[in-house]
Amino acid sequence: MTVTEDPSTATAGAPAKEVGSARLRKEDARLITGKTTWTDNMVLPGMVYMSVLRSPVAHATITHLDVSAAKDRPNVVAVYTGADFKDEQGSIPCAWPVTPDMVNPGHPSIAVDTVNHVGEAVAIVVARSRTAAVDAVEAIDVDYENIPVVLDMEEATKDGAPLVHAHTESNTSYHFVFDAGEAGTGGDTDAAFDAADVVVSRRFVQQRLIPAFMEPRSVVVGVSGDNYTLWSATQIPHILRVMAALTTGIPEHKLRVIAPDVGGGFGGKLQVNPEEILALLIARRLGKPVKWTETRSESLMTAHHGRDQIQYIDVAADREGNVKGLRVRLLADMGAYLRLITPGVPALGAFMFPGIYKFPAYRFECDGVFTNKVPTDAYRGAGRPEATFAIERIMDELAVELSMDPMELRRKNWINAEEFPFTTVAGLSYDSGDNEQATQAALELLGYDELRAEQKQRRESGDPVQLGIGISTFTEMCGLAPSRVLGSLAFGAGGWEQASIRMLPTGKVEVVTGSTPHGQGHETAWSQIVADQLGVPFDDVEVLHGDTAISSRGLDTYGSRSLVVGGTAVVKASEKVVAKARTIAAHLLEASEDDLEFSGGKFSVKGTPGAGLGIQEIALAIFAAHDYPEGIEPSIDAEAAFDPTNFSFPHGTHLCAMEVDTDTGFVKIRKYACVDDIGNIVNPIIVEGQMHGGLAQGISQALYEEAIYDADGNLTTGTFVDYLLPSAMDLPHFDTGNTTHAAPDNPLGAKGVGEAGCIASTPAVVNAALDAVRHLGVSDIRMPLTPERVWRAIHQGGDGGDRVAEGSNAYGGARTTESGYEEAK
Amino acid sequence: MIPAAFAYVRPSTVEEALQAIAAGGEDVKILAGGQSLIPVMRLRLAAPETIVDLTKVSELRGVREDGDSLVIGAMTTHHDICTDPLIAQYGKLIAEATETVADPAVRHRGTFGGALAHADPAGDLPAVALALDAEFVIAGAGGARRTVGAADFFVDYLTTAIEDGELLVEIRVPKLGSDWGVRYEKFNRVAQAWSIVAVAAAVRREGSRITEARIGLTNMGSTPIRARAVEAALVGADVSMETVTGAAAQAAEGTEPSSDLNAQADYRQHLARVLTRRAVTAAAGL
Repeated sequence: MTVTEDPSTATAGAPAKEVGSARLRKEDARLITGKTTWTDNMVLPGMVYMSVLRSPVAHATITHLDVSAAKDRPNVVAVYTGADFKDEQGSIPCAWPVTPDMVNPGHPSIAVDTVNHVGEAVAIVVARSRTAAVDAVEAIDVDYENIPVVLDMEEATKDGAPLVHAHTESNTSYHFVFDAGEAGTGGDTDAAFDAADVVVSRRFVQQRLIPAFMEPRSVVVGVSGDNYTLWSATQIPHILRVMAALTTGIPEHKLRVIAPDVGGGFGGKLQVNPEEILALLIARRLGKPVKWTETRSESLMTAHHGRDQIQYIDVAADREGNVKGLRVRLLADMGAYLRLITPGVPALGAFMFPGIYKFPAYRFECDGVFTNKVPTDAYRGAGRPEATFAIERIMDELAVELSMDPMELRRKNWINAEEFPFTTVAGLSYDSGDNEQATQAALELLGYDELRAEQKQRRESGDPVQLGIGISTFTEMCGLAPSRVLGSLAFGAGGWEQASIRMLPTGKVEVVTGSTPHGQGHETAWSQIVADQLGVPFDDVEVLHGDTAISSRGLDTYGSRSLVVGGTAVVKASEKVVAKARTIAAHLLEASEDDLEFSGGKFSVKGTPGAGLGIQEIALAIFAAHDYPEGIEPSIDAEAAFDPTNFSFPHGTHLCAMEVDTDTGFVKIRKYACVDDIGNIVNPIIVEGQMHGGLAQGISQALYEEAIYDADGNLTTGTFVDYLLPSAMDLPHFDTGNTTHAAPDNPLGAKGVGEAGCIASTPAVVNAALDAVRHLGVSDIRMPLTPERVWRAIHQGGDGGDRVAEGSNAYGGARTTESGYEEAK
Repeated sequence: MIPAAFAYVRPSTVEEALQAIAAGGEDVKILAGGQSLIPVMRLRLAAPETIVDLTKVSELRGVREDGDSLVIGAMTTHHDICTDPLIAQYGKLIAEATETVADPAVRHRGTFGGALAHADPAGDLPAVALALDAEFVIAGAGGARRTVGAADFFVDYLTTAIEDGELLVEIRVPKLGSDWGVRYEKFNRVAQAWSIVAVAAAVRREGSRITEARIGLTNMGSTPIRARAVEAALVGADVSMETVTGAAAQAAEGTEPSSDLNAQADYRQHLARVLTRRAVTAAAGL
């Protein structure tokens, strides 16, 4: 993308438009230098520190727990176990009961008598220093009696399988079904398959991932009488306030939650964490301020994970390549407990499997399955990357089956530009776009024809380094979300967002947003929006967020919703400010409101050059309030809530050219090009940054990341030595571009960009690697595409297999074959 | 994570360091660059009683010539190595391998001697030192010095010939002149990661004939390993893809590499053959 300011948007005499300009992010200096209010920087007088003893075993009864020696350690204030809190800790809330009969076993913040995953809290030391707390943890004496460990979903769902929770009837939490035939949005799926010429079936594994945000989770609780202030490195201060109040019994009006600057989340901080609840309970018990900051090892082991699905997907088509039906069955690993939206993540994906294609029939089924692992929950894309991966992978498989070019197959079935808005077989109304236009632009960016020619040459010469090109033509649902739709999906909250604007006497502007950033650049983008709306200088705008005492209403940041929903609330609040100011301007200018025009921050009387009053001057006038119309309030401040009527649907085409070294299995991205339609763009630099970060994470799922548990349920990827993340050294240059079809359902015309790169890129990368070696007999390679897996797939067949010895992998060794999959031996 | 409490001593001479080690109690750990020691202490996999920090022992830092040898102080950082003119002239294999160590931050703190004394078989420098038949100068109580050849220095996984109370002070390596070609062929998944397998190759040519070959293997066993069979097959051979490929096919002979998340043993052995072929090909100028 070309990051330049477009001079054509500036009209003579008026200040240049801020929206669309590549403003450097105003918050970055303090975020990058760390000289800011990261939660762990907080120190309160008399503060004590928590350190958590965590279970080293995955499934056990606690048979002996003696904390007396720890209590005697220097500077220890208190030591607590589950017994101390069993009557007051309640359950970590789950806000998304996706089916009426979903089984929620309850989620204690600290284990009482059994542990259900490695890393579960067993005891807590509170001490006057962090080091004293950590040292004393080692003095706690605990014995466990192991219970059979449940790790493999395909095994866990069989009759007679050992149970994660003894008080439940099975390891299945819920069975969620969306059937287009029953919903009236499509035909009968079984009939479509029965009548089809071609059916292709595959089993794909979405490996378990760790969000790996940069700033570790951190909590500080301050106490003032019966009032509590909870600082937390969270994405969701507003939701956390409600949920923490309900969980602990601290009345909501006695609990203030502050998310200060937060260093990344990727969904990993969209959570009500056990440690947040425990810090509140301990602060209440001791009447002292309490801090807990996790170590990186704790973070990898106990912060919620993402993905972890086994996907069985069938596609039906005729011989000409017209798709006739889609059938999806998922096993979704919940982990040991249900956290905030654990069960909803795969269910959200239900609506995205049809992708951009015109399937006439569709059926989706998902089982949420308990295992003895840390719970899964939101991770960048949350349900949509999984769906996009499955559909974009199976479209390539169908193309192979039909001997068709994979792009031709997509073109034959995708929604054409003139068909938008388009109601899909999943019942969604896709808002706007042009798949052909984005694809053409991406093909040009990649240099598609030259690379296809090189691929052919390498194949013919038997080059040890083969070349492949992978395609992902994707869409996603963003702008979460219309509250009524969320209600219909049994989500526990709405999807509106709130903003207010305070006009200060000096003409400066405070924007209060309910959409709490954790690195996205809200302060810059919101300032640009308000600068245009009110005609005030960009630097005159301050954006306030993240403190429930300042921003009392909000639903926070996730699901690429901030700009689409929260930004729109800012626009609506600005419009109210201008409307209120208009009344006062008319009074002061002695003109009719109808005769005023507002431009460049100034009200002027039509046909009367020279006469005018700036909105910043009006702010001072109404502060003094010496002269304003009768019958109105002396304020031009305003607030607005916005509830969208539809999701927004970014789409785009991602293309990956991949070199595969057949001697070693090493894969290297040769070139990556993508063209995304994310609607109107407020700040091209922020968009570019979101794309780069999203691409890095999506590529990383394809190539690097995998949380692996061994046969005993230990997380073997417990440090960044084993849980591999790429650096800039390992990633290619990204050739990015945009097409622009404004979102029709919000005044900004924005669709959301936070997740696009992460959702789209993963299948493009895997498809590219397979395209490079398919002629060598390879039809699938499991993610991440480690060199060993690629090498084994090429030289030994199969999908590359497990990364650890047989029997010790969470997936039990079942593998994908040409005909579908074969079960573990 | 926070390390367990420990005593800390920061001497400024080798003599003081040896005294501190002697006086440090049962479990003394020597801190060079700290890039391996500090993480294991933070994970509480190690909880030494005393840390003797060598960062102020300036006599241990730097590279000098001594006849046909380069003498590298144990506390010379990786970054120092990568920018040292003597290393650039006579120690290209060391420079090439050191440039692949982790990331710039680690290379600015981590040291040549520390990496060798840590003796992680996945580390990049032990195989290079072994291939070069480096000599390790070790100081003991009272200041007595002894020299141990590389073949005897690497004893086992994370274990060297350095005894309790001793200190690695310098490493002597032969100067390799312009008749030598070298290559460090490293295979890992991301830039900052340990080697899954790597091959250090130094080859001396006279005309079309290989007259000397030194091949060290990284992460193919509990210690760095010399690929003796490959060396033997190369010496006296005419340089060609056929001879190099044939010789490299013996790279995994006698090795017993471990299996882990990155690679199972048979794949490591395969990689050793491929990487040896590539390393020798490059070193021989093919």
